[in-house]
Amino acid sequence: MFDDFNLIQNLINALQWGSFYALIALGYTMVYGVLVLINFAHGDVFMVGAYIAFFVASFVLSVLGLPGWAAFIITIPATMILTSMVGVSLERIAYRPLRRKGAHRLYVVITALMCGLILEHANLAIFGASRKAFPPLIEEHVYHLGGVTFTNLKIIVICAAIMSFLTLQWIVTKTKVGMAMRAISYDKFAVPLMGIPIDQIIVTTFILGSGFAGLAGVLFAMSYPILEPYMGALIGWKAFIAAVVGGIGDIRGAFLGGFLLGAVEILVVAFFPSSYRDLIAFSVLLVILSLKPTGLFGIAKTTKI
Amino acid sequence: MTQQFGGLTAVSDFNVRLKNNRIAGLIGPNGAGKTTVFNLVSGFYQPTRGTISVCGKPTAGLKPHKVTALGVARTFQNIRLWNQMSVLDNIKVAQHGWLDYGFFQSVMRTRAYRDCEERIDREAKDLLEIFELENYANDYPTNLPYGLQRKLEIVRALSEKPKLLLLDEPAAGLNSKDMRELIRLVRWINETYDLCIWIIDHHMDVMMELCSEIKVIDFGQTIAEGTPDEVRNDPAVITAYLGDDNI
Amino acid sequence: MLRKYSVQLILIALGGIITYIAYQELVSLYILTVLMFMGVNIILSSSLNLVNGYMGEFSCGHAGFMCVGAYVSSVLGVLLFTKDKIFGAPLLNPDLAVYLFPVIIIIGGIAAALFGLLVALPSYKTRGDYLAIITLAANYIIISLIQNMDIIGGSRGFMGMKKVISNMEDVVYLPWMVIWVFVFTVGSIWILRRYVSSVFGKGVSAICQDEVAAEIMSVNTNKIKTITFMLSSGLAGIAGGLFAYIVGYVNPGSFNILKSTEALVMVYLGGMASLSGSVLSAILFTILLELLRPLQIIKWVVIPLILIVLMQFRPEGIMGNRELSDIFPKLKRFYRFK
Ligand SMILES: Nc1ncnc2c1ncn2[C@@H]1O[C@H](COP(=O)(O)OP(=O)(O)O)[C@@H](O)[C@H]1O
Ligand SMILES: [Mg+2]
Repeated sequence: MFDDFNLIQNLINALQWGSFYALIALGYTMVYGVLVLINFAHGDVFMVGAYIAFFVASFVLSVLGLPGWAAFIITIPATMILTSMVGVSLERIAYRPLRRKGAHRLYVVITALMCGLILEHANLAIFGASRKAFPPLIEEHVYHLGGVTFTNLKIIVICAAIMSFLTLQWIVTKTKVGMAMRAISYDKFAVPLMGIPIDQIIVTTFILGSGFAGLAGVLFAMSYPILEPYMGALIGWKAFIAAVVGGIGDIRGAFLGGFLLGAVEILVVAFFPSSYRDLIAFSVLLVILSLKPTGLFGIAKTTKI
Repeated sequence: MTQQFGGLTAVSDFNVRLKNNRIAGLIGPNGAGKTTVFNLVSGFYQPTRGTISVCGKPTAGLKPHKVTALGVARTFQNIRLWNQMSVLDNIKVAQHGWLDYGFFQSVMRTRAYRDCEERIDREAKDLLEIFELENYANDYPTNLPYGLQRKLEIVRALSEKPKLLLLDEPAAGLNSKDMRELIRLVRWINETYDLCIWIIDHHMDVMMELCSEIKVIDFGQTIAEGTPDEVRNDPAVITAYLGDDNI
Repeated sequence: MLRKYSVQLILIALGGIITYIAYQELVSLYILTVLMFMGVNIILSSSLNLVNGYMGEFSCGHAGFMCVGAYVSSVLGVLLFTKDKIFGAPLLNPDLAVYLFPVIIIIGGIAAALFGLLVALPSYKTRGDYLAIITLAANYIIISLIQNMDIIGGSRGFMGMKKVISNMEDVVYLPWMVIWVFVFTVGSIWILRRYVSSVFGKGVSAICQDEVAAEIMSVNTNKIKTITFMLSSGLAGIAGGLFAYIVGYVNPGSFNILKSTEALVMVYLGGMASLSGSVLSAILFTILLELLRPLQIIKWVVIPLILIVLMQFRPEGIMGNRELSDIFPKLKRFYRFK
């Protein structure tokens, strides 16, 4: 079994696979940091992102008749913007009114779960169960380098994830809104004192989180060009778990957790039948959480009495 | 004993022997480590070094509920009653260490279950009556006046039949009338029950009146001990409380 | 005297009537099945309420435990009482099924309770959202475990339970499933109610309201948590076993997160820490699901929508955390709910 195991090859695969988790986990973690809300609809926002990408790309390719690279360049920002609008609408329509009423936060969580179900099944009802084939945007080149095979697409995915992370790191350390986002996760009450309305911070959080989910949607659709309404559910749950393993609320944690989960899954598939992937991946996560209950970057909260 | 949190030594080389039927006091500026001492004694923290024994039995490695069963009960600096439970239930649930039945008996409602529930119900009601809280038995603690919430917490601790009762700032936030009431209450408990009381409080008049001996700590170090009068005139204590430049 | 036993009498009468209706086939099989699903849902929601409502944890993997119960009791029943392609001849006389059926359902529950340890043990150290993930992971782990067990059908599923039931009916002709669903439903509520109303069980609420105070006030929190998680998952296992025998077929896919979500919805719809709320919401939810069946896929748009709207206007659920007797104090004369 070790004969055909190639470390670098698997590493590249793991990075690419983990990129999706990382990008989605970012959204979970940011919303959690700011609102202490598990936004269970986030996986479905990713799915919506992939569908938006599908429609934008098809439109640009067939209606405008532009070439693939142009479609690629248009699709990415367009999808990110449209997906963030979806995310923000969720927050405005469903979460904010509940928050205003001071409802128990678990009710907000349930509402998020329900929003996810609606996104999935509305999609199913509107577009039917048939899968959509995503049009190829850029020509896929396969490179061989000393026994390692990789494609330009994989490189794009990995680079996009890393760039997103750096951008986000810059936002939360250098911009005022970003710093407020971080501050809010430490102290709920101090932030209004900083002169930024709390709703503005929350909306920014949803824009960023959903935007990255949209980006993940485009890249995922390009890498695995078959779309179906349930594609967001499992990957979303897993990204959430990745965020928690990293220490939810922490951006580095989400990123690391995403790549860790990607690596675990790729390794499992390299050695076991692929049907064991979920089983082993989840068991590893369970073990990590049992050993380090607040995740890799999470700070254990001490109870003072 | 010594307690460290990471690099911070919250309590160092603390030593005390508490005598039965006495009221002892523990004072010190904010952040001195007083509550930490109580947390150690009640088993909420394990000491980094040193040992604690209750009636000769070491509490090392015991979970707090076991320590409570050994005879240590406490109140909290910030009131921690169960607020969605009636006053009566607050007392009853505190009897967990004295239940004679377990899960299966609670479902089967065996003889042991019924006897035990009956006993706990009676004892809890008696206790509420003794402390004149019986009219509030079915209210939620949040609906009680603040002073009574403090009192209820003391009663709840007392219902554990402790040998050592720890009161963490029982007078905090009380008005002067409630404070007199508190002093009377603590006195009465001391005279009526066979136990030892240990109080933390910032109100010197309360402490002077109640305690027969007082220990003063600052930054985890014991800086003085003795009778209230000795302590009051100890220069180290005055420094700790008022700062160096007053000397 | 009559008053004291009125609830018992009503329940016996109700059970008798339902059995009679089923026996005489006065209503269609469809309605009977819906009634039985109602029972299963009542067990599910009230057992989840124990953890999510009374103990204040957020378990979102309840269907996983249901899955364990469903498979264990199905496999056991098929193995013991029927001739099966894989397991061969029945190990016991098939006629014994009629006596041993409740036993295998309970064994399924016990197995599920053991899996409940998967969540109970981490709960010593973690709370809240981190524990929620653990329950979620437990759900996935259980499902993938079964998907990878080819001997019991893997992801294709497992069947043969109908034969066990027909064996039972061959011995004594009675609507056995209806009877047992009724008995287990009433039994579950009975156990839960007795548990949470004892001083011992009120430790669960104490943990919910202030765990630190509970531990220091002599509540053995780890023990209570273990019992509570195991009881909750054990009852879910029983619900799963009944579900499997009602449908006659199980596959791991039917116990995924969607099923867990259904259970969650019922709990929050009914109101946290309210057993009568859970029962009521399970009944309503089952009916709602059936009424909306003609909508097919849109059903799963409409139901969440209804819930979202409901949460906006009545975020505490149907009952809040009150019981029926708090709303209709007269009921207290007949029955003490707490
Ligand atoms: N769990 C903990 N982790 C870290 N530091 C703690 C913890 N509990 C208390 N401390 C620190 O120990 C010191 C003493 O605290 P405390 O005993 O509460 O003081 P006080 O005398 O006012 O009751 C303080 O500096 C406090 O911040
Ligand atoms: Mg203190």
